[in-house]
Amino acid sequence: MSKDIKIKKGLNIPLKGEADKVLGTAERSSAFVVKPTDFKNFTPKLLVKEGQEVLAGSPLFFNKEYPDVKVGSPVSGEVVEVTRGAKRKILGIKILADKETRYAAFAPANAASMSGEDVKKRLLDQCLWAYIKRRPYGTVARPEDKPLAIYVSAFDSAPLAGDYDYILHGKEKEFQAGLDVLKQLTDGKVHLNLHRELNTDAVFKDAKGVQINWVRGPHPAGNVGVQIHHIKPLNKGEVVFTVAAQDVALIGSAFLTGKYDASRLVGVGGSSVKSPKYFKTIQGAAVSTLLNGNVDGDNNRIISGNVLTGTKVAADGYLGFFSKELNVIPEGDQAKFFITEGWAGAGLGKFSASRSYFSWLMPSKKYELDTNTNGEKRAFVVTGQYESVFPMDIYPQHLVKAIMIGDIESMENLGIYEVDDEDFALCEYVCTSKTPVQQVVREGLELIEKECG
Amino acid sequence: MKFLHTAFQNMKHPFEKGGKFEKYNKVLTAIDALETFAFTPDEVTHSGSHIRDGIDLKRTMSVVITAMIPCLLFGMYNAGYQHFLQLGVDASFWEMFQIGLIKVLPLVVVSYGVGLGIEFAFAMYKGHSVEEGYLVTGMLIPLIVPVDIPLWMLAVSVAFAVVFGKEVFGGTGMNIFNVALTARAFLFFAYPTYMSGDKIWVHEGMTNDAISGATILGDVAAMKDGLVKSADGIIQFTGANFSVSDMFFGFIPGSVGETSTLAILIGAGILLLTGIGSWRIMLSAVLGAATMGLIFNAFGSNGLMQLPFWQHMIVGGFAFGVVFMATDPVTASQTNKGKWIYGFLIGFMAIMIRVFNPAYPEGIMLAILFMNVMAPLIDHYVVEGNIKKRMNRATVKTAVVN
Repeated sequence: MSKDIKIKKGLNIPLKGEADKVLGTAERSSAFVVKPTDFKNFTPKLLVKEGQEVLAGSPLFFNKEYPDVKVGSPVSGEVVEVTRGAKRKILGIKILADKETRYAAFAPANAASMSGEDVKKRLLDQCLWAYIKRRPYGTVARPEDKPLAIYVSAFDSAPLAGDYDYILHGKEKEFQAGLDVLKQLTDGKVHLNLHRELNTDAVFKDAKGVQINWVRGPHPAGNVGVQIHHIKPLNKGEVVFTVAAQDVALIGSAFLTGKYDASRLVGVGGSSVKSPKYFKTIQGAAVSTLLNGNVDGDNNRIISGNVLTGTKVAADGYLGFFSKELNVIPEGDQAKFFITEGWAGAGLGKFSASRSYFSWLMPSKKYELDTNTNGEKRAFVVTGQYESVFPMDIYPQHLVKAIMIGDIESMENLGIYEVDDEDFALCEYVCTSKTPVQQVVREGLELIEKECG
Repeated sequence: MKFLHTAFQNMKHPFEKGGKFEKYNKVLTAIDALETFAFTPDEVTHSGSHIRDGIDLKRTMSVVITAMIPCLLFGMYNAGYQHFLQLGVDASFWEMFQIGLIKVLPLVVVSYGVGLGIEFAFAMYKGHSVEEGYLVTGMLIPLIVPVDIPLWMLAVSVAFAVVFGKEVFGGTGMNIFNVALTARAFLFFAYPTYMSGDKIWVHEGMTNDAISGATILGDVAAMKDGLVKSADGIIQFTGANFSVSDMFFGFIPGSVGETSTLAILIGAGILLLTGIGSWRIMLSAVLGAATMGLIFNAFGSNGLMQLPFWQHMIVGGFAFGVVFMATDPVTASQTNKGKWIYGFLIGFMAIMIRVFNPAYPEGIMLAILFMNVMAPLIDHYVVEGNIKKRMNRATVKTAVVN
């Protein structure tokens, strides 16, 4: 039964610098980095040493808790460096790429004619399992999980997010193959959630063997967590899987061809990018290859991922494992005089969910927001703000407070199993008191996973 | 504005680590508070959401203060107007406004001076930053006291409210009672002679025996002023001194800022338009008051009971309390459902207290303070309902699976 979901609460943040649907040519990155920090609550154990040769798709490290879950190399080449941080935490594995990518050899496979166990084994062996996430916790799925259903969101509603229709256009075969793989992992359904207006491409519309649900409304309508909540909310003890749409195609292509092909279209946008557009590149590529000469000014924040949930990377940094976009926005590290551009000004350049700045009189304006917090951290004063951008039947502020005091029972009661930190990104954006909500929620999820498994 | 920014940095220097006055580093808190007032700090996001909404607590508070300015200005004018009215002297607009300015401005200065002084002292002592909560409270207090209140009395009540109403709970965002109303309640119970009776609501009313300066509510309660049944059976307030339009526009005696329903409505408009004030609380409070008022009208056994329900909303502090104090997010219910209940009961009880106990014509103050106490309880049951729904969902599921 297809579901029709209308999201009412939420907020679209109109930012300047959306990527044009044009494909630019990027120079090929000479080195690639895979960052274990892209995986939530994941303790990496290395499988390679510096100087070792790897193929695209050969495992680089595995999860200490679930040794079958391995993360593969995006390219072939030589492991040149393992960067470590405090307490020797592994921050990145750098691979000097070959000119021509050589792939770890796997035979093409047809998921439809394989058993569920065989599909699972293949996913684990070919390092594809790392692309499958689980709810609760938003971590990489565990091999022993029996998911009630698998959810794929066919659009991203976040500001400056890539257009999946454009990115996956022409990949019908791979995407369908990926869905066929997912179908083998669950006794329940595979849900493909489409946006009423945004998704028109055949790649999604003609998908077979899945339940297509229709969603509309403002961000976070595209968040798979919100969709799950409206389709069939998760209860304590239940597990579902989620996979990003591009990764479904990646898994599908790996089954069809036997090759672990980590190349992808990446939308490069943000107000500091001169000509925002898409580039074909490979997971873990140096961001400089995508930004070369295309950035205004030198005081910018480069974000691997979207502006609400992404990771800050240095100018000589690398794309994240799951990142489908790269955004560059101005740093806001200048003090702002209160009357001209601070808290007492007219605020024509400030976008606010409230109408306390006069910018609300210009509904079609696109904004050039910087990374300034626009105020200091304060105690909770304003109420109802989180609720207005949080389209779930959950009391977000109460949940956040329960997490802050580490009250596990309240967290469970208030619905922590249904959320991921990305679902709170808008709460964090609108918060008058500048509370680091996503960090709080992530810590809460980690605590719950540790205590309750 | 670079020079100002540098000036702040230079000012902080001696108190920072390794500076000349390092041991007085708590002064930094105070300088920081002033600096962040003048400049939104250069703080940037690190993780999570890289961009943030333009709004902060300073903006929120300044919007509320802006919303109170019509009340303040009208309050100044009305102070002079009432003064000359009771004297029976004709005076120009500026003469009236001048009286008000001279009487009201010191109230504002004392309120902010004492309150912010205590806030700064606590922040320095506890080593946290000065939060903006008092900016609104400091403006509310002068608007809800009689114009002739001795300044020392105001200072004492502000000190009491800030220390015992707020700081003992942990400061801004942690208080149970609305701070401004705490000050008002303190005055009401500690100095009743200055806060009730006939003479206090008009400037120099005390010294003039011949003229009554009582509030309309007091008059109606004492059956002094007339409620007359007109020919078509409608009970109307036909006070000798004041008409219904006086009541709406605010040409009546009362606390400084509470008399003009029109000015309050302008403020309410600003709060609702910007989305800072909760429309749920305001609307439900009006509904609650109307409900109680209609019930009383149905019985109508004394003066206040006969006062038409809608007139209850334009006399006394009802409108001011509902718009500016019931909506205080810290002390109100936090859930949307809770806000409906909270607001409704405030309106309901404000009129009930007013009518049943004429000794407390300012029912709204007591109603809000009482509901401040009840707000967490309301929220508890609202949230509990949500939890129960989640639990039921889980058990139904398990039953089916088994």
